[in-house]
Amino acid sequence: MSTFDFLVLYWPRLLSGTGITIAQFLLAAVLGVAVSLCMGLLKLSHNPVLRGAAVTYIEVFRGTSLVVQLYWIFFVLPLFGLSIEKFTAGYVAVGLNIGAYGAELVRGGILSVPKGQWEAALAINMSPAKRMRRIILPQALVNMLPPWGNLMIELLKGTALVSLISVADLMFEARQINASTYLSAQTFGVALIIYYILSRFMVTPFMRWLERHMARKLGKA
Amino acid sequence: MNDVSAFPLEISGSPAPMVSFRKVTKSYGALTVLDELDLDIAAGEMVSIIGPSGSGKTTVLRMLMTLEQINGGVIYVDGQPLTHMPKNGMLVPASQKHLRKRRADIGMCFQHFNLFPHMTALENCMEGPVQVLGLSKTEARERSEELLEMVGMIGKKDQHPSRLSGGQQQRVAIARALAMRPKVMLFDEVTSALDPEVIGEVTNVIRKLVSEHNLTMLMVTHQMGFARDISDRVCFFYGGKIEEQGPPAELFGNPKKERTQQFLSAVKEAI
Repeated sequence: MSTFDFLVLYWPRLLSGTGITIAQFLLAAVLGVAVSLCMGLLKLSHNPVLRGAAVTYIEVFRGTSLVVQLYWIFFVLPLFGLSIEKFTAGYVAVGLNIGAYGAELVRGGILSVPKGQWEAALAINMSPAKRMRRIILPQALVNMLPPWGNLMIELLKGTALVSLISVADLMFEARQINASTYLSAQTFGVALIIYYILSRFMVTPFMRWLERHMARKLGKA
Repeated sequence: MNDVSAFPLEISGSPAPMVSFRKVTKSYGALTVLDELDLDIAAGEMVSIIGPSGSGKTTVLRMLMTLEQINGGVIYVDGQPLTHMPKNGMLVPASQKHLRKRRADIGMCFQHFNLFPHMTALENCMEGPVQVLGLSKTEARERSEELLEMVGMIGKKDQHPSRLSGGQQQRVAIARALAMRPKVMLFDEVTSALDPEVIGEVTNVIRKLVSEHNLTMLMVTHQMGFARDISDRVCFFYGGKIEEQGPPAELFGNPKKERTQQFLSAVKEAI
């Protein structure tokens, strides 16, 4: 079977798999960004308990394998009475994992804002919360966007693991097709190309656009 | 331990000094930056602080802005304690709430301007009045535009700081501080980071403030001529203490202490 015939026959399944991959990616990204902000801020807290919670979170999710985390959330948590449907378990695991890496980026971004900015905000008597929200975070965000671009690509590729708990994403469909046709080169070749297109022509351009947009807001461009 | 039991809960007297440092000590580990500093500044007075680097000049301003904590003594602003607060008839270290309340009387301009880069000149000035004082945007804009007009920056009000020269940024920073209507203004080497040809545009704004407003001002500067022109009093700092102080004509014209003479002649040679 030629690659063309292969595509004609299997494109609906590959397409629906791609759709699920994109959905998993977007949901995990939203969750990951939220977790990153939260944990990044907690890690800078003066309260040792809050800081300890953030450190523990980051250590656990960065220090262990994403697949094991995924299995914990999908297979082990039900044993403690917390059952999560597989689609949700998929993006939650990936999002929580990326959030641990993102937390360090948030923390680093915040610390990279010059001391003078903190002092100027204090000199106009801003409350710590307002200072963070209105002065520090907007600048920190611009500083941390380039590494976030990398992390987002990692995140996209990480979503392939949700196929292991039978979420019908692109990787899952590819494995199913391969199992019934043994056309490994075509199946995984097409999957490879689709992942590449998603990261190279969707995620990266979007992050670049965001960087330019934020730089303009800072009056840098 | 900072024993403040000997200090009054507030300073009365007519008129009470606007700012009062009472035996204020600041040290970083073993290094004492300020050593039992006593300094009173009257309402409406313009005081310049000069001295060699490392003499504690900037620390005085930073403590008054509450950017640094003091290790001993008490600072009073407008008769009320700043670094401490009264509790059960005694002075205790100030809470964050107390600091926020008392800090409202003080404004500061920095050597490196520290404008918010993600806001235009106008937004920089409006930020405090809207977010801290709770003014409406209309009121805040009116107040800010008036001040930008005063510092000669109204034409650039919609520019971001990155599009402004150092002198222009510093003038916006002065407007931003004034928009909070402080009673005391602090100028921390505001011309040190500027190119020589734009120093004048900033010093002219400060001159205007001195002549037209009844602000209490404290300025750390290396511009001896400027300090001499506009100050009511000049303090020469050396080794964390005021070595000599007096009216500018006296301190610059006829310095009594040897260290003051040495410093001033060294500065003269540099010019």
